[in-house]
Amino acid sequence: MTGTRDERVREIVTRYAAHRGPLLPALHAVQEDLGWIDRDDAAVIADVLNLSKADVHGVVTFYADFRDAAATRHTVSVCRGEACQAVGGQELYERSVSRFATIDDVTVTEVFCLGNCALGPSAQLDGRLHGRLSDDRVSALTQGWS
Amino acid sequence: MILAPEPDLGTPAVPGDPTLSVTVDGQPVHVAPGTSVLRAAGLAGVPIPRLCATDSLAAFGSCRLCLVEIDGVKGTPASCTTPCVDGMSVATRTPQVDALRRGVMELYLSDHPQDCPGCARGSCEVQRLAAEVGVAEVRYGLGGASHVDDAGDQTNPYFAYDPAACIVCSRCVRACGEVQGTFALTVAGRGFDSRITPGGTNFLSSECVSCGACVQACPTSALEEKAVIELGMPTRAVVTTCAYCGVGCSFRAEVQGEGADTQVVRMVPWKEGRANEGHSCVKGRFAFGYAAHPDRQRHPMVRDRIDEPWRRVSWDEAIARVAAGFRDIQARHGVGAIGGISSSRCTNEDVYVVQKMVRAAFGNNNIDTCARVCHSPTGYGLNQAFGTSAGTQDFESADHADVFLVIGANPTDAHPVFGSRLKRRVRAGAQLIVADPRRIDLVRSAHVEAAYHLPVRPGTNVAFVNALAHVVVTEGLIDRAFLAARCENVEPYLQFIAGPEHSPEATEQITGIPASDVRAAARLYAAGPASAIYYGLGVTEHSQGSTMVMGMANLAMLCGMLGRPGVGVNPLRGQNNVQGSCDMGSFPHELPGYRHVSIPEVRHLYEDLWGVTLQAEPGLRIPNMFDSAISGSFRGLFVQGEDIAQSDPNTQHVHAALEAMELVVVQDLFLNETARFAHVFLPGTTFLEKDGTFTNAERRLGRVRPVFPSVVGKDEWQVACEIATAMGYPMSYAHPREIMAEIAATTPTFAGVSLDRLDAQGSMQWPVRDDSSMGTPIMHVDEFVRGRGKLTETVYVPTTERTTRRFPLILTTGRILSQYNVGAQTRRTPNSTWHPADVLEIHASDAEVRGVHSGDVVELTSRVGSTTLRAVISERMPPGVVYTTFHHPVTGANVVTTDNSDWATNCPEYKVTAVQVTVATALEHTRGVEARAAAVVAP
Repeated sequence: MTGTRDERVREIVTRYAAHRGPLLPALHAVQEDLGWIDRDDAAVIADVLNLSKADVHGVVTFYADFRDAAATRHTVSVCRGEACQAVGGQELYERSVSRFATIDDVTVTEVFCLGNCALGPSAQLDGRLHGRLSDDRVSALTQGWS
Repeated sequence: MILAPEPDLGTPAVPGDPTLSVTVDGQPVHVAPGTSVLRAAGLAGVPIPRLCATDSLAAFGSCRLCLVEIDGVKGTPASCTTPCVDGMSVATRTPQVDALRRGVMELYLSDHPQDCPGCARGSCEVQRLAAEVGVAEVRYGLGGASHVDDAGDQTNPYFAYDPAACIVCSRCVRACGEVQGTFALTVAGRGFDSRITPGGTNFLSSECVSCGACVQACPTSALEEKAVIELGMPTRAVVTTCAYCGVGCSFRAEVQGEGADTQVVRMVPWKEGRANEGHSCVKGRFAFGYAAHPDRQRHPMVRDRIDEPWRRVSWDEAIARVAAGFRDIQARHGVGAIGGISSSRCTNEDVYVVQKMVRAAFGNNNIDTCARVCHSPTGYGLNQAFGTSAGTQDFESADHADVFLVIGANPTDAHPVFGSRLKRRVRAGAQLIVADPRRIDLVRSAHVEAAYHLPVRPGTNVAFVNALAHVVVTEGLIDRAFLAARCENVEPYLQFIAGPEHSPEATEQITGIPASDVRAAARLYAAGPASAIYYGLGVTEHSQGSTMVMGMANLAMLCGMLGRPGVGVNPLRGQNNVQGSCDMGSFPHELPGYRHVSIPEVRHLYEDLWGVTLQAEPGLRIPNMFDSAISGSFRGLFVQGEDIAQSDPNTQHVHAALEAMELVVVQDLFLNETARFAHVFLPGTTFLEKDGTFTNAERRLGRVRPVFPSVVGKDEWQVACEIATAMGYPMSYAHPREIMAEIAATTPTFAGVSLDRLDAQGSMQWPVRDDSSMGTPIMHVDEFVRGRGKLTETVYVPTTERTTRRFPLILTTGRILSQYNVGAQTRRTPNSTWHPADVLEIHASDAEVRGVHSGDVVELTSRVGSTTLRAVISERMPPGVVYTTFHHPVTGANVVTTDNSDWATNCPEYKVTAVQVTVATALEHTRGVEARAAAVVAP
C-alpha cells in the first residue's frame, strides 16, 4: 500500500462505510493494517463515516485493545477475573510485570476473563491462550524473548 | 439568596392525553402513556433525587439515584427509565430505597471535592443531594483514588470545565448530541477512568460550537459559566427575548443587583420559550457583553461638519438641533427632503413610533427599514402568492416534516437553534435537500447528510425552482385537488411551466445542477407527505429575489404543501425583529399591517387618530434616498440601529450619498461606520434595556423586558417622540404598553395583542384577531389570506452581473456562527476568539491558477471597488465561486458589491458579484491588513 497515512486510513475505512455499525470493524481493520490507531486518524475516520471526531475518540479509548502506538513484539495478557484470581492470577500478573519490566519489546496487560475459568490462572502469550500457568511455565514459554 | 432554577421533571414531556392513573407516595397523578415514573412523581409533587436525568434529554438510567419500589414489581427499578402503567403504585422513600440511595451517594461523594466551590455556591447539586438522601459519612474514606486533582480546561472564553467536580453522568454528552446535534463531547476511557472530553483535545480546538447546552445540562459545577465562577450566583431573573437572529429565543437574564447597578451574570435559555424550547447558541447565550462595552456611547453628541470632533451635549440640545435642522431643510428643499430608516434590531414599539414620526411629523412617507436589504422580497413575494408577508409555519412544524428543502440558508451558522431542530428531525429520518452554492454544514456533518446537495450557481435560483416545478408538473406529481380548490391562475401557470425551456435538462447549463439531481429532488419534495421549504438571504438578495420567492410559493402550492403541520414556505429571518419592523409599517408604501398608503380607508384611520393628513404616494426607499441625496433633493436622514455605511451595497456610493447630506442623525449603540458621516449622534439602548416586543420568523411576538434601565437616560421610542414634538407635532406615550395598544387598535392582525396579554398568557403568533385568540401558528389552513393562492409565471431573467474575462469569479456573501451581521455587537465580545477577521473562501483550482495559498492576503476586485483580505482554500466552494462574510468593517466586503437589486423591492443583489482575486503583491497591502486586523482584535 502507498500513500500518506490519512489516505490509507480513508481507504480502509471506506470499505466499511456502507456497513451497519461500521465503526468497530473499521477500527479493527485500521489497527490490523496499520499497526495502531493514531490520534489523528479520528478526523479521517469521522469524516468517512459521518461521525464526530469525539464519537470516534470515545469508542477508541473505551476499548483497551485499541492502541495508539505500534505494538511491542510480544504481549502477555494475564487474566484478572475472579476465577483466576482465586487460583493465583494476581501473583501471576505481578510476577509477569516484574519479569518483563526491563525488556522493552514486551507489554504486560491485564484482561478480565479469557473464558478459560476451569483452567486458571490463564494468560495469552502473543495472542495464544495458555491455562494452568505458573511463573515457571511463563518462563519456559517465553524463552528467547529479549 | 439563591435563584430558583426552572422546574425540571427529569424526563421529557410525552404528547398525549393523561389517560393513565398512578399514585406516587399516595399522591394520585394522571399522565400520558409513555411518561416515566420519575416525571409522574415530579408532577405529583414528590420529586425523586437524580443526577443523570433532566427533562431536556431522553432517560439514561446511569446515576442509580432515582430508584423506587413499585407494587407488584420485583426489585428497585430506576424511575427515569420505567414507564408508567395504569393503576401503578409507586413508593419513593422506603427503607430499602433510602439505603440504596445513600450507598450510591456515598460513592459519588468519595470522588467529589469536599470543598467543591460549586456546592458552596449552589451551582453543584452533589452535596445538596447527599444531604437530601441522608448521607452522614463516607464509609469508603476520602483517601482513595479520585479525580479531584484532574486538570481543568479554561480554553473556551465563556465556560470552564472542572473535571474534579464531574460525576460523568454524561448529561453534557447527551445534550451536545440530542439537543444541539454537534456530538462534540464524549466519554473517554472506561470504568473509573471515564472522563468527559471534547474529543481528546481542549474545548476551543474541538468541534464544540459553544452553544452552552452542556453547561445547561450539567448537574454539577464541572461545566460552568466563567461569569458564575467570577461573580457568583445570580440573584434575580428577567425573562426576555434574544436580540440576535430571527429565531427569537427566550432567555432568562440572570443578574445580580438592582436598577442601574444591575450586572448580567448569564443568559439562560428558557424552557418555556416556544421558539427555542430551552436551547441557545453562542451568540444569545454568551455574547451579551457588548451592552457594557467601553465603546458604548452614553451621551448625545453633535458637530457642524463631519470632519470636526464630536461635542457632547444634553438630550434637549441634541433633539432641538435635530428638529430645527430637519425643519430648516424642509423649508428650503420641501417636505420630502428628509426621511428616516428604522431598525430591525429595535422593538415593534420603537419602530412603530419612528414610522409615525416620519409620517406624522416629517409629513412624508420617506420611511424605510433595513429589511430592504434582506427580506423585502419575502414580504412582496409571499404577499403576492398568499396574501401575507410572512412565513406560513411555526418552528414546531418542522418536527412534523418528512422532507426539508433548504434554499440559500445556512441555519447551523445563521439560525443555530432552528438548525439544531432541523438536524434533530433529519436524524429522526426526515430527508433533506440543500440548494446552496456552498457545501454548508447541513450537506454533511456528523449524523446528518442531505439526500441531495444542489450547488445552484449564484443568480440562477429562478431557473432552478422553475425546473423543480417543471418536473412536478410534467411528471404528474401535482396535487390537483389542492390546486382546484384553493389556487388561481392554475392553467396558465401549468402551461407556462410545462414549457421545455424549464426542464432540468434545459436549465442544467444555467444552474450548474445535474438534471438527474433536480428530477430526483423534485420527486422527493413532491412525495412528502409533508415537505417544507426553508430559505434565507440566498433567495432574496438577488435581482430576481421576489420572483424566486413566488417560485417557491408556486412549488408549494403545486404539491399542496401548505396549511398543515410539517409543510409551508418559511423565511429564516436574519434579525431579531425584521418581521416586526416590516409589520409595523416601516416601508415607504405601507402603513402598519402591510396596508398600502394609497388605500383611503387605511389612511383615514391614521389621519383621524394622528390628526394629520397623510400622503397617498409611497415615499423613498433606501436606495432612492441615496440617489436623491447625490442629486441634491434629499438632504436630511434619521437612521436608527443600522450601519448603512457598512452593510449596504456599493459602499462608495453610500458614502457619497451620506457626505452629500446636510444633516445625518445616527442613533446607535456605538459610533459605527455611518456615524462617521453624522452630524448628530444619539445613543441607543440594547435589548437588555428595552421594554416591548420582538416578532420572530414564525410571526411570534416575544416579550422584551428591561433587565436594567436605559443607560443613556431615554428609551428609543421616547427619543422619536421628542423629535416629533420638537418639530411641532406633539407625540408622547407613558409606556410601550400604550404604543402596542395603538398598534392593536389600528391593525386588524394585531387586534388581540397587548403587552398585558403577552405577560399573562405568553408569546403569540400574529394574526391575533381578538382578545380571545392565542394567535395563528400555521397560516392558510382552510383558505389563503388573499382568498385563493396565486400561481405566478416566474420567468427567469439572468442577472446583468455576469462573469467576464476581467472578473471571472462570482462572489457570494454570508454569515458565520460566532459573528452577527456587521459585527457591531459580536466583535465587542469574546466571540471574536472564533472569527477574528473575515476571510475569502476559494476553491482549490481557482486558487491554484492564481497562485493563491491558504493564508495569503489577496485583493478582491469588482467593477465598483476592491478590498484585501486573507484567502482560505475551502472544499465547501464550487469552482468559480468565492465567499466571504461582512462582519468586520476593515474588510469592507460591500466595497465590492454592486448597485444591482431586486426588480420589485430594490433588495440588493449581495449574493452575486463578478470579481477577480489576485495575490496582493504590494507589501503595504499585507501590512495594512495585519495592522487593521490587530486593531480589530485589540479591544
